[in-house]
Amino acid sequence: MTGITTAHSVVEPGARSRRIAAAVVVVYAVLTMLPLVWIFMTSLKTPPDSISYPPKIVFQPTLEGYCNLFTTRSRQTAEYIRSLPPPSGFCEQIARDRNMVVVSASNYAPRFVNSLIIAFGSTFCAVTLGTLAAYGFSRFKVPLADDLLFFILSTRMMPPIAVAIPIYLMYRELGLSDTKLGMILLYTAVNVSLAVWLLKGFIDEIPREYEEAAMIDGYTRLQSFRKVVLPQAATGIAATAIFCLIFAWNEYAFAVLLTSGDAQTAPPFIPIIIGEGGQDWPAVAAGTTLFLIPILVFTVLLRKHLLRGITFGAVRK
Amino acid sequence: MNGTLPPKSLAERAALATPPTVAMRVRGLSDRAVAWIFIAPTIVLLLAINIFPLIWTIQLSFTNYRANRPNAPVRNVGIDNYHSILTDPDIWAAMQATAHFVFWTIVLQTVIGFTLAWLIDRKFRGHGFWTTIILIPMMLSPAVVGNFWRFLYQPQIGGFNYFVSFFTGLPPSSFEMIGSVKLAPWAIVVVDTWMWTPYVMLICLAGLRSIPDYIYEAAEVDRASPLRQFWSITLPMALPFIMLAVLFRGIENFKMFDMVNLLTSGGPGSTTEVASITLKREAFEKWRTGFSSAFAIILFVTVFGLANIYVKALNRVKQR
Repeated sequence: MTGITTAHSVVEPGARSRRIAAAVVVVYAVLTMLPLVWIFMTSLKTPPDSISYPPKIVFQPTLEGYCNLFTTRSRQTAEYIRSLPPPSGFCEQIARDRNMVVVSASNYAPRFVNSLIIAFGSTFCAVTLGTLAAYGFSRFKVPLADDLLFFILSTRMMPPIAVAIPIYLMYRELGLSDTKLGMILLYTAVNVSLAVWLLKGFIDEIPREYEEAAMIDGYTRLQSFRKVVLPQAATGIAATAIFCLIFAWNEYAFAVLLTSGDAQTAPPFIPIIIGEGGQDWPAVAAGTTLFLIPILVFTVLLRKHLLRGITFGAVRK
Repeated sequence: MNGTLPPKSLAERAALATPPTVAMRVRGLSDRAVAWIFIAPTIVLLLAINIFPLIWTIQLSFTNYRANRPNAPVRNVGIDNYHSILTDPDIWAAMQATAHFVFWTIVLQTVIGFTLAWLIDRKFRGHGFWTTIILIPMMLSPAVVGNFWRFLYQPQIGGFNYFVSFFTGLPPSSFEMIGSVKLAPWAIVVVDTWMWTPYVMLICLAGLRSIPDYIYEAAEVDRASPLRQFWSITLPMALPFIMLAVLFRGIENFKMFDMVNLLTSGGPGSTTEVASITLKREAFEKWRTGFSSAFAIILFVTVFGLANIYVKALNRVKQR
């Protein structure tokens, strides 16, 4: 924060201009949240309520959307449903009220788990590789360091679809299509550039003297890296990891082109949730809500490092 | 930057080598070895997943290969693919759609983002909380965002038309954001602006906060009007940051795929078919692998040029 001003500073904005600024910003913040509020509300509507005309602002909330998200159902005759034993669960009850029975669990849960495995797996690899490389670039004279760093950054500049064409062919040859390992490798490669650039910034900020002192005390280079640098860089590593997680969690282009089943993540799956007669909007909204909640948590955790992360470390507060 | 010249004599070499380095060389790996062991895995991974595929793409771009017919004979067609891309009216239409999208998103995001940053810089009570709220859209998955805006844009059941009709009095079902040829290019601009204005805002905010107070104090002493202060101090000093944000958004939106693919998938007709969507159609629907490889190379060269400019601008910002 650069704005340390004294009480009689001439640059301190007046109370009036502050109030106007606050009003405008709050209005913008509320407007920007409306689409998200709308999606959350839709996730609590029944399918008929979600497509009513005009849209309902006041409605009876229900968890039907969440039930539909996690199950597949089939329509049955009323006689058949009456002949069944009493419903075993909450979602079964909701389905029977609509003359349906729950057939099986839907694919949402496995897709969500795939998202988790691929996001955490690739983040772990990218941060590990990134920390090592960043330390290398930060502390040693590497020949052509600037060119190598630019090369690392430039890999991030390619349009994903352009990269996807040869990756698709390569993975088909290697049998990596639609495998979690293939997706983890790919996301690691995309994220490692961000990890190197961010972590180099964080490690540059750790004074070299700490390691030098440790090495005079008899540590080897590797020991001083492990026992001195890593603990100092912990915050930076955590922030970088969250950025990598968010990228891998949100990624769609590679996922939709390279996966179709076993390794499919949630983003390509959510848009294709369909109910009877078109898209099942409450279920889509429920899937969206559950998918976005981790990101909301991460955004709050990251707010101090956001700027650095989104500019590849170019701008620091 | 010392030690760029090789030491001439043994004495100089001895003087240069510091005790820790000597100690370390005796017991551990040399610094050079450690550096390469640390950096090599990253470089190898990027060579395997980025550079090898890039070289393959270049090779494919001179052939008529089709990925859905792996056993068909592959013919070398020279620069035919490049020639047909540069003369293909559909490709130029896609480039135009991309230019419209990139230009208007950047204009809107810069104006709104800078204004917001300028207001937030007033540091009213609770500005931290409201800033965090405003930042949320840019952290979300563009694909999921595109998909739920498709719902919001539904003319009768979606929220957007109601919101517009509440303020303008137009009947909500009188216009279709993603169904009409005229409005669809603006529909994707609106969503991208909603999503990425906070990004520009955050970078502009950093720029505004980097201006030291004493400059304003000096301007006050010189009795410069607030307008004059804005034009002569605030804007020029924040400009490198604004440029950085514009370059980043330019590169990102030039590559735009996921949000538009789910919102309009290029339609209606091909009015919102931005470059990446055309590329996906050619590569994964028409399976013209050679042709789309050439297009990918053209796009990549364009982005790479932008990236070069970006790195130069970045260094200028850093030097301040």
